[in-house]
Amino acid sequence: MNPLTATAVGKRYRTRWAVRDCSLAIPEGKVVALVGPNGAGKSTLLRMAAGLVRPTTGELRTFGTPVNGRIHPDVSFLPQNRALYRELTVRELARACAAMNDRWSAGRVREVLGLLAGVDYDAKVATLSAGALSQVAIAMALGRLPRLLLLDEPLSDLDPVARDETLRIIMTEVADRGTTVVMSSHLLSDLREVCDHILLIDEGRVQLTGDIEDVLAQHRILIGPAAGESAVGGTLINATRTERQSTLLLREATPAPEGWAAIEPDLESLVMGYLRASRERRSSVQRA
Amino acid sequence: MLTDVIEFRIDRRSGTSTYMQIVQQAKQAMRLGLLNPGDRLPTAREVVEATAINPNTVLKAYRELERDGLVEARRGLGTFVTKSLSSAATTGDDAPLRQELTGWMGRARQRGLLVEDVDALYAAVRDEHYPAEERR
Repeated sequence: MNPLTATAVGKRYRTRWAVRDCSLAIPEGKVVALVGPNGAGKSTLLRMAAGLVRPTTGELRTFGTPVNGRIHPDVSFLPQNRALYRELTVRELARACAAMNDRWSAGRVREVLGLLAGVDYDAKVATLSAGALSQVAIAMALGRLPRLLLLDEPLSDLDPVARDETLRIIMTEVADRGTTVVMSSHLLSDLREVCDHILLIDEGRVQLTGDIEDVLAQHRILIGPAAGESAVGGTLINATRTERQSTLLLREATPAPEGWAAIEPDLESLVMGYLRASRERRSSVQRA
Repeated sequence: MLTDVIEFRIDRRSGTSTYMQIVQQAKQAMRLGLLNPGDRLPTAREVVEATAINPNTVLKAYRELERDGLVEARRGLGTFVTKSLSSAATTGDDAPLRQELTGWMGRARQRGLLVEDVDALYAAVRDEHYPAEERR
């Protein structure tokens, strides 16, 4: 059963749609990169999956059950604002979380906090650095022993060492328990090495989704003479052109015609091509 | 307690995918005789702890090695090397082919060839002798 599905989900705030007509299915055991520029709708989507925001249209399900204003017991969510009780110490916070959850592993929390350098159990949550706060919040999220872990910008406040520590903890969780992870970032480079599945959203819509290797294999960048574009077959995603040369990003491209070079894109150029395409659609709508 | 036989190094800026880097490094270690039949590859968890990459990537690389008939996954025990890729021709500093290449490399350097020249010559001669489908 898919840990997370969305069917035609939309969320409107007053007149603006933060998420629109969003359908997706996350397969079990995947580590998903939820990427898109700031304001793309990533946080809204995660908050809806965690039951904190009700969709205006459509339905989300976690482990087959409709999300109806409350988080599924097998799901943990790390919100972007790391909402924790700031007046408590780390030790008190762990006790409070234990009391609030039916299923809780104090051992797992201790283990995770123990792996982190520089988290003091007697420090007040309010005094923690942004990085330490993120790490403590992740430890609490893992204490619920989730089967689906939703992380909103888990790496955004972290210095390189804390970032590495945090990724190790999340990846060890995947290795030990087969947890499905969805983590968002506006920086693709943060997630490139650890994710095997991509969910690219922009303008509130899903632009691209699938296993990273499949998605890359489905696309080609073709480079050739500007005059010869009509010979190229496939679905054109995005093009950049100079007077002489065209660089085309294509899905399901036919073999490159004479005089053209075809290369498999890397993930960065693929994402960039889709984002450019979505921007161009928006500006042409605004012009119309 | 088992000590790790090898450790994978992941170059995040290399164009090669992470899983392919693991496959290549395991094969290289087997060719050089660092990994031999019966040796256990590091578990996905051990690799993840050392490198902070996705464990699914490690398992995928091991499945590829298994398809090539080089390793075998034993349930609950780990992944073990089943085949030897090393031979007298590739192991040790005194292997005859290696010595010939060492001699050639010394002469190339003496004649003032740059490392790019050497790489280009090596690749050209290799490609003449090994058809494209054998190279990966």
